[in-house]
Amino acid sequence: MLRSYIPILILLALSLGMALVIIVFSQLVSPLRPTPVKESPYESGILPLGTAHERFSVKFYMVAILFIVFDLETVFLIPWAVSMRELGWGGFFAASIFLVVLTVGLIYEWKRGGLRWE
Amino acid sequence: MEQLHDIGALTDTAFFWTSLVKAVIAFLVVVVAVAMMTLAERRVSAFIQDRLGPNRVGPFGLLQPIADGLKNFLKEETLPGQASRLYFVLAPVLSMAPAFILFAVIPFAAPLPTPWGLVEMIVAPVPIGILFVLAFSSLGVYGIFLAGWSSNNKYSLLGGLRGSAQMVSYEVALGMSLIPIFMIVGNVTIPEMVWAQQRSVDAAVAGVAPETLGIWFAFPLGLAFFLFVVSSFAETNRLPFDLPEAEAELVAGYHAEYSSMRFALFMMGEYAHLLTASALMATLFFGGWDIPFWRGDNMVVVAPGIVAGAEPAVWKTILTFFSFAIKTLFFAFVFIWVRWTLPRFRYDQIMDLGWKVMLPTALAYIVLMAVSILALDSLAVPYGLGYGLILTAINLIATFVFLYLVDSDRVIMGGSAKRPVPPVVPEAVVVDREELIGAGSALTPRDRGEE
Repeated sequence: MLRSYIPILILLALSLGMALVIIVFSQLVSPLRPTPVKESPYESGILPLGTAHERFSVKFYMVAILFIVFDLETVFLIPWAVSMRELGWGGFFAASIFLVVLTVGLIYEWKRGGLRWE
Repeated sequence: MEQLHDIGALTDTAFFWTSLVKAVIAFLVVVVAVAMMTLAERRVSAFIQDRLGPNRVGPFGLLQPIADGLKNFLKEETLPGQASRLYFVLAPVLSMAPAFILFAVIPFAAPLPTPWGLVEMIVAPVPIGILFVLAFSSLGVYGIFLAGWSSNNKYSLLGGLRGSAQMVSYEVALGMSLIPIFMIVGNVTIPEMVWAQQRSVDAAVAGVAPETLGIWFAFPLGLAFFLFVVSSFAETNRLPFDLPEAEAELVAGYHAEYSSMRFALFMMGEYAHLLTASALMATLFFGGWDIPFWRGDNMVVVAPGIVAGAEPAVWKTILTFFSFAIKTLFFAFVFIWVRWTLPRFRYDQIMDLGWKVMLPTALAYIVLMAVSILALDSLAVPYGLGYGLILTAINLIATFVFLYLVDSDRVIMGGSAKRPVPPVVPEAVVVDREELIGAGSALTPRDRGEE
């Protein structure tokens, strides 16, 4: 039923409202005395060298790509899981083809060192 | 006792007003609970470390969260000069707001009969159920990553990167650990999952209500529970997995540049997430609001206003709410307990655990449970307690094999590695004076015996 989503909207309004009230109120109440030292990024007392927006390790991109593949796998498995007992063995074999393909992908990724962090 | 009870459906107006009341009350309860969790964390950690903890503000220190909040409001809000202003302010909101609506789909008590009709004790009885939780809990990644990136601080960036990589890695295992539940229940709505865990009922309701397994899923799906708990800890960035904020190496990680109330918003989000994770553990694997060994609370809403099973009553709603609260608080306590007991993983160990242990285990477990369930169905084993006990036995074996393989140290090298153990009491070291003098660059003239 569509009406059951209304409470979620109410809650979303409540939580966003509370966050905004906190941010705005805190901005009004708290003192603001910026100094150049306070405004510089914290690097354990050492003068920051260059910007933080540097290139970062390619491994994080690998994780992101793998995540998309396997999260989609989860999403595709949910409809099958919900109706698995009605579908029976036929559905299971259909789903296992899908599972095998992705597992082969995972093993390949593993053997090629895509999951290695050092 | 076991039949249909027509309490009457709510009209649209009544539904709106009851929803408003439930949403506001539930929201306030969660806000207060989050505040109390910050106090509980400090008191429990003090108890574990044999200290007293904050006990000065109010009785038992109960007003400490209010004092903390007031202090946070009056603190200066620092804004790093090179930060991306908009994202820097937006990140705490994005981190907090999704965490506070997750509990909307978790039922917290048995349905309540009222003069206007039957009120389900769940803020939003949406048909997508648990998928809503999966969708919204992953929005927390944005808050953490934006905070790390917009601060323009190297520690923050590393914390944000680590946090987002870790959260997406364990989200896969988290989602997969729920799939066996969908197989057993055949639905994704959480009230039906609670119903399926309640005691089997007579044939009188068998035709109208979904079948029940009659056993808490922690038993027939024990390994799924284990995977879910570990992934939940990683998702909430709690201590064995709190690499995003690892204070020893990253100062405070993604919120290193945050102060005052913006910092408090991150903490509120974290504790709200923790409470939701505890409520999910209680609901998905420990029967939710079900009271064990009692059939008086076994009821399910089969159509608007119609309840199958036991008769709903106001006092049953109150009792079941306490049952739910106790279970949830127990798991919240476990979260704190683990935080103050276990040391932190290394980052490569976390990623190895996520991708090389949790994910393959979850995949293998899905296949194992699918085969077991289909085999039991093919053998025409009646769906009920016996069915659940057979699955429990399969899970015990699977859990044993899993723990044995993980502990064998082939995938993750770590503290548990079977290396030769050094003797507990080191042998007395005989210092060769000549050798010391030969190597002794750091020795003072006095140590070398030269006055």
